[in-house]
Amino acid sequence: MLQHDVLVVGAGLAGMRAALEAKKQGVDVAIMSKVYPVRSHSNAAQGGINAALSEDDSWESHAFDTVKGSDYLGDQDAIEILAKEAPQAIIELENFGVTFNRDERGRLGSRNFGGASHARTYFVGDFTGQAILHVMFEQLLRTGLTSYDEWFVTQLVKDDSGAIRGVVAMDIRTGQLHLVKAKAVVLATGGMGRVYEPSTNALICTGDGMALAYRAGALLMDMEMVQFHPTTLKANGALLSEAARGEGAYLLNKDGERFMFKYAPNKLELASRDVVSRAEQIEINEGRGVDGCVLFDLRHLGAEKIMERLPQIRELALEFAGVDIIHEPVPVRPGMHYIMGGIKTDVWGKTNLDGLFAAGECACVNVHGGNRLGANSLLETVVFGKRAGAAAAEYVKSVGDVRVSEAWLRDEEARIEGLLKRPEGEKAAALRLEMGQTMTRNVGVFRTGEQLLEAQAKIQELKQRYQRVSVGDKGRIFNTNLQFVLELENMLDLAEVVVASALFRTESRGAHTRLDYPNRDDANWLKHTVATYTAAGPKLDTRPVTITRWEPQERKY
Amino acid sequence: MKVTLRVKRYDPERDRSPRWQEYTVEVEDYATVLDALIKVREEIDESLALRCSCRSHICGSCAMRINQKGGLACKTKLAEVAGDGGTVVVEPAGNLPVVKDLVVDLVPFFDKVRAVDPYLQPAGPPPEREYIASNEDMENVKGAMACILCGACVSDCTVLEVDPDFLGPAALAKAWRFVADPRDAADEERLGALSERNGIWDCTHCFMCVEVCPKDVKPMERILDLRRRAMEAGFKNNNGSRHSDAFVETIRESGRLDETKVAIRSTSGLGELLSWSGVGLRSFLHGKVPLSHKPIPGAEHVRKIFDKLETKAGEAQ
Ligand SMILES: Cc1cc2nc3c(=O)[nH]c(=O)nc-3n(C[C@H](O)[C@H](O)[C@H](O)COP(=O)(O)OP(=O)(O)OC[C@H]3O[C@@H](n4cnc5c(N)ncnc54)[C@H](O)[C@@H]3O)c2cc1C
Ligand code: SF4
Ligand code: SF4
Ligand code: FES
Repeated sequence: MLQHDVLVVGAGLAGMRAALEAKKQGVDVAIMSKVYPVRSHSNAAQGGINAALSEDDSWESHAFDTVKGSDYLGDQDAIEILAKEAPQAIIELENFGVTFNRDERGRLGSRNFGGASHARTYFVGDFTGQAILHVMFEQLLRTGLTSYDEWFVTQLVKDDSGAIRGVVAMDIRTGQLHLVKAKAVVLATGGMGRVYEPSTNALICTGDGMALAYRAGALLMDMEMVQFHPTTLKANGALLSEAARGEGAYLLNKDGERFMFKYAPNKLELASRDVVSRAEQIEINEGRGVDGCVLFDLRHLGAEKIMERLPQIRELALEFAGVDIIHEPVPVRPGMHYIMGGIKTDVWGKTNLDGLFAAGECACVNVHGGNRLGANSLLETVVFGKRAGAAAAEYVKSVGDVRVSEAWLRDEEARIEGLLKRPEGEKAAALRLEMGQTMTRNVGVFRTGEQLLEAQAKIQELKQRYQRVSVGDKGRIFNTNLQFVLELENMLDLAEVVVASALFRTESRGAHTRLDYPNRDDANWLKHTVATYTAAGPKLDTRPVTITRWEPQERKY
Repeated sequence: MKVTLRVKRYDPERDRSPRWQEYTVEVEDYATVLDALIKVREEIDESLALRCSCRSHICGSCAMRINQKGGLACKTKLAEVAGDGGTVVVEPAGNLPVVKDLVVDLVPFFDKVRAVDPYLQPAGPPPEREYIASNEDMENVKGAMACILCGACVSDCTVLEVDPDFLGPAALAKAWRFVADPRDAADEERLGALSERNGIWDCTHCFMCVEVCPKDVKPMERILDLRRRAMEAGFKNNNGSRHSDAFVETIRESGRLDETKVAIRSTSGLGELLSWSGVGLRSFLHGKVPLSHKPIPGAEHVRKIFDKLETKAGEAQ
């Protein structure tokens, strides 16, 4: 029988950091992931990670930039922690072995990033996420803790008191289901980009953890806050990192005008992402775009700088747009990138369910509010991953024997057997595409009540049709088709919550812009939205925003 | 663009042995092999198993053999390997057991990574802040940090084909990353361990890993650098470094390579030499081992070149 004190689900940065910390506390820890740890999506982060480390910078400045970036929806107690613990977190990563860029004195060197008042983004070329993820994996190997690689969690398991006490998971390689008991479960399952099409996210970003927690009764907070990144490629939604704008790249419309002068006269291309994406979308909507895109111009940076600092960006543009950024501007447009919302937690990763913790992109602490600043997400994974790991380890010391019914396993087996036996029906991929395109069209950079109602109806239709989705692969070993059908169910639930939350928030704030409610409405909406699962659909409510020292102001860049 | 994928499939629950299956799909001109495989999986045959995630050559999931060559499906453009109306042959990565279709067993792969103690081992407790290191050093290490552990190099390594115990290019590139890192203090132990059997001396410099690596990690060059460092650190009690020394010595002595002497001097002693006598005898019978090597005319010039080089090297130091 498989049992651990702390079971971490997800082996991206947040999950591995949580596992390391829990292990340090001397409890029995295991980590489980549907892909090998180094395949996790934290890999994709190109730009860097924020911290107020230089002498002329301060945690207050970092915190304020984050609060302002969040359009005052971030919880300021959590943001203070993020900014205060950032320098130590970066130093720790460096000490673990991350090969951060250095200055002439051999100390850490930083770069500019959007929405920040200082150059406080630390980086490893343009593969910061990969470098940190692999180093974290090295540390994980060093501890030798149990790692369930390529195990896919399908269900959270409760004891009689309703506390979360483990998971049911499928060993993908054999297709066998297992009940894995634990005194505490830490979810670190990452984002849900695949709910949208296109998205900068990897194929594994299907929001499983959020959906599992939601169905188990956890609150999902601020799910209407979906970030659209200003510079994604038209062909496949691939992201060109903000590092490019940090290094000084321009955005131009079809007349060659640097249009950000109109929208953010001070910060220009380095305004917050929501601001830049909206500006681009207006240019495109008003006919000043090129083929549904605007132009991203890096030519003035020169070949040398591009090759040293942005080689991956050049490679991506070359490959998917056929453009060499050394010689030509590349067409870009806003693309779905990140979910600010997630499983509601406190600053120690605790959710509203006993025994359940969450950290990283799947969680909502809430440090990003209405809009995440670039390079704050990697930071969130390590700062709050560590906290969740510590808190979970502490928590399990007070938990006695784990008693959960084997019925959880039998029920899951029956459910999966049922899916495999369905007669040939709809294809999962087709449903996912319809969902993704609907979300991009109707729940994008700009939204209206009408569009949202249309999306709501469409998602309901897709949920109906999901009942007829079949699994073409009838085998058990490495059945990626079965896994995808299970992921689709998670994504549909999340799409429903995103739409319902977006309908609920009748104002415009951060990444959520309602054309029918174009202004920020602090009187009524300086609040979080929270969604609770019911059989009839998400039930919405609000929670207060924590304000410590920065009163809401008008937001200008 | 229309392409045909000829895919090597194997389902352990149904097939006794691998079989070939062809799929023809219509894709965009800029499509990759992965785009086409995903299209097949989504629209034609949901049972096709493969690993993929990022679609932008960063997660390392989709290494496989494409037209007999290891690589990432998401980095390989169909236009380059097939072209309109063409066929591309897709097989699972080599040198690892197949689990199903294009999915191989990565347990042996990660076991080897684990075997090189792949974590920074600095001396003493960590400093208060970051370790001071030059950007040049960091850039140097970054070359190997770029490795995404995809296994394309392992798939095509010619030594792994005959000796599955060889640590292989990916794990050795990982090991190099620490030896080259000024913050790591375990070089001695690392170089010692890597000089053992199945380590740095088993590579035959076939260049395959350099050729197929999608991240330009150049594992072979890292391995050669490890050898140099190991010999400098005095790890000479192994056939590889003895071979290397003997190779040079015989050329210095006679101006030509003397395989017999090299073979004798490469082994650890009479016992080991005798254990190879079968190979020696067979080589002799096939005329591969001349009984004696005559120095080439003008061998003394070769010796002079060596002397000159050594003086130069001494001056440089
Ligand atoms: C293209 C791109 C560029 C970015 N650039 C930056 C940047 O420069 N700076 C920055 O700060 N942020 C950046 N981000 C955001 C940042 O990378 C992510 O938010 C962050 O890495 C998420 O980390 P995580 O640990 O929460 O999740 P992930 O790294 O996504 O890990 C999730 C883990 O959960 C596992 N998992 C999921 N579901 C299951 C299941 N059902 N069963 C078992 N395991 C499961 C997965 O296998 C995986 O191991 C970027 C994001 C993208 C997409
Ligand atoms: S050069 Fe060495 S490590 Fe690389 S593929 Fe050839 S034998 Fe293997
Ligand atoms: S060295 Fe290159 S080919 Fe080998 S695993 Fe690393 S990235 Fe892949
Ligand atoms: S899908 Fe990630 S490397 Fe190819």
